[in-house]
Amino acid sequence: MQNAGIFFDVAEIASFLVILTLLVKPLGVYMARVFEGEKVLLSPVISPIERLICRIAGIRRDDEMDWKQYALSMLVFNALGIAVLLAILLLQGMLPLNPQHLPAFSWDLAINTAVSFVSNTNWQAYGGESAASYATQMAGLTVQNFLSASTGIAVAIALIRGFARRSAQTIGNFWLDITRCALYVLLPLAFVFSIFLVSQGVIQNFSQPVKASLVEQYHSSEEKVVSEQIIPMGPVASQEAIKMLGTNGGGYFNANSAHPFENPTPLTNFFEILMMALIAASLTATFGYMVGDSKQGWAIYTAMMIIFIAAIGILYWAEASGNPILHGLGAYGPSMEGKEVRMGLGGTTLFSATTTAESCGAVNAMHDSLTPVGGMVSMTLMLLGEVVLGGVGSGLYTMLAFAITAVFIAGLMIGRTPEYLGKKIEVFEIWSSMTTILSAGIVVLVTVAIALSTEAGLSSIMNPGAHGLSEILYAYASAANNNGSAFAGLNANTVFYNLTTAAAMLVGRFVPAVAVLALSGSLVKKKYIPPSAGTLPTHQTAFVLWLVIVVMIVGALTYFPALSLGPIIEHIIMNGVR
Amino acid sequence: MRRIKTALILFALLAIITGGIYPAIVTLVARTAFPAAARGSLIFDAGGNVLGSSLIGQQFSDAKYFWPRPSSTADHPYNAMASGGSQLGPTNPELAREVSERIDALKAAGVSAPFPSDLVTSSASGLDPHISPEAALVQIPRVAKARGMNEDDIRSIVFRMIEDRALGFIGAPRVNVLQLNIKLGDMEGKAYGKR
Repeated sequence: MQNAGIFFDVAEIASFLVILTLLVKPLGVYMARVFEGEKVLLSPVISPIERLICRIAGIRRDDEMDWKQYALSMLVFNALGIAVLLAILLLQGMLPLNPQHLPAFSWDLAINTAVSFVSNTNWQAYGGESAASYATQMAGLTVQNFLSASTGIAVAIALIRGFARRSAQTIGNFWLDITRCALYVLLPLAFVFSIFLVSQGVIQNFSQPVKASLVEQYHSSEEKVVSEQIIPMGPVASQEAIKMLGTNGGGYFNANSAHPFENPTPLTNFFEILMMALIAASLTATFGYMVGDSKQGWAIYTAMMIIFIAAIGILYWAEASGNPILHGLGAYGPSMEGKEVRMGLGGTTLFSATTTAESCGAVNAMHDSLTPVGGMVSMTLMLLGEVVLGGVGSGLYTMLAFAITAVFIAGLMIGRTPEYLGKKIEVFEIWSSMTTILSAGIVVLVTVAIALSTEAGLSSIMNPGAHGLSEILYAYASAANNNGSAFAGLNANTVFYNLTTAAAMLVGRFVPAVAVLALSGSLVKKKYIPPSAGTLPTHQTAFVLWLVIVVMIVGALTYFPALSLGPIIEHIIMNGVR
Repeated sequence: MRRIKTALILFALLAIITGGIYPAIVTLVARTAFPAAARGSLIFDAGGNVLGSSLIGQQFSDAKYFWPRPSSTADHPYNAMASGGSQLGPTNPELAREVSERIDALKAAGVSAPFPSDLVTSSASGLDPHISPEAALVQIPRVAKARGMNEDDIRSIVFRMIEDRALGFIGAPRVNVLQLNIKLGDMEGKAYGKR
């Protein structure tokens, strides 16, 4: 549309990257101090609440856990979360705050949704405005937005302690970590952000949907006259804020962040992108601070940003080039199918890249309607294992598993026992790192194969040809990597998809999380080995590039055949029809 | 057992804080500081009836109104209770068919090529309240003719209604279709809301 807009788009993307980078250190150090129990800016307000919660729940603040106790607490807490959310969804019709009298979720959709929100995936096989009551959105989904984000961050902090502590047994206290994460990090940021969102037009109320009498009545296609518009209402801003901050991504409305009540202006769009990247990016600085070498954090951040910036560039180029088929019909500019005017091409492509680089899954454009290459970039960012920033906590811990793998491969090449941050990398570390890295990939390939070879899997496809394969590949890539965005043409609300994606989400979330805690439990016992002449420095350019290469090779080897049959073929077809 | 008890109590406490107290406080502050925005940026007529929301697009098909973007919401266009896009993939023949139908309709209404992409493709939400300035400009001759107004008068209204990028570089310039059409109704001295 506006081809001259490229200068503005580049300015928008560049200023996003600069602001994000400037915020990494202050927030990262703040989080490190919170999790180490030090006094921070908000302590005078929050520490009395923290103490009260600990007293009621019987949490002793000096009580430390070994990795098994930590993992068991994490699993018990999340199982409880699934059970409670399941109950809310199945009893929705009987619960209060339901002015539209919406009925309960079906059993398979309830299982899918409960697993989805607890695993920080927020895959949605339902449309928010037509299926979920205010009580469900607030007491069910918003709660899990906070708790699943806290769980991911807690596991990452526990892994960092494995590196930071020497010859120790324990890796922290799970109860204390999630409580501090929710109280000191997520709630204050979400509060400020949600008020900003309201100031721009995001709604926040408990009113009935509003009836508007249309300026022009018109005949709908079924020859019936439409004379009014029912406008949905609800507590949107409070959920929207944590949805972005916690990389949850589950929209209040079906159209997610493309909906004008979730994302009304270019400014809200800019800040929603910033908020979804903020915590995951800052955790690299938390890592650097806690292991006592901030350069190690910047090295991880740089490796992430190299892939991220390349992905933004390719996605922007693909969408700016537009769809030759539509150009041939007489429409000019980028394809606006499934996009919103106010976001601009820069704000649209930056959102699409960030939401899949992050394991967020909110969308401000319909990914099913992106160009083949644009859709492939989104898919690839998920398939790499959500390590380019990634989900809050999960992105960092998966990237650190990649870093251990990179150190190990480099060690094999030069014939030395590998070490990372002064800890010797041995059999158990490699075993648990590979479990972390490969579990999502194995789940994706197996579930896609099942879907492609069964009628139940194939019958949900909407778009024909190569794009249909992309829809299925995208669905399981999104579920297993806990992203939650979709090629939403796929009819996902079937028993088959509800159950298989729920299984993919569970394995993709909790197998890596437990493996990471086991990794931390092994690392924490090790002595610190001071760096010697033969140690591979892990804060320098060579290692950063090496880490990028390892991530790309693992991703390419696992998925290139599938990608070439989906988006790559479609790209060739689309451009052949000039 | 103790672990389960701790989990239960902590879950209950954090659920009350994040699912009850937090949204309640946000609602309170939002309603006090930004009452109109918190309630949906509604537009009222002189009699206090709700005409719509400035953030939610509406369908217009009469020649005297500016037309919004095509909408793929379920049941009928601009169905605000069923937001969503078409989900049509870039090479789906259905997409090409729909776009070419829309182009034919525009041509039949006297709008000439080239066509801004946003005017012939459906939006992500199906509720996009905006069109690009280009998509507004190509419609001016048709609207002017239907209303018996001077093209230049309408063009000056359209230019006044263009919202610029935020801070000069974020997002895209755009025109709010519902607000533009209401404005046009005012210019004609008619009470909007009457048909």
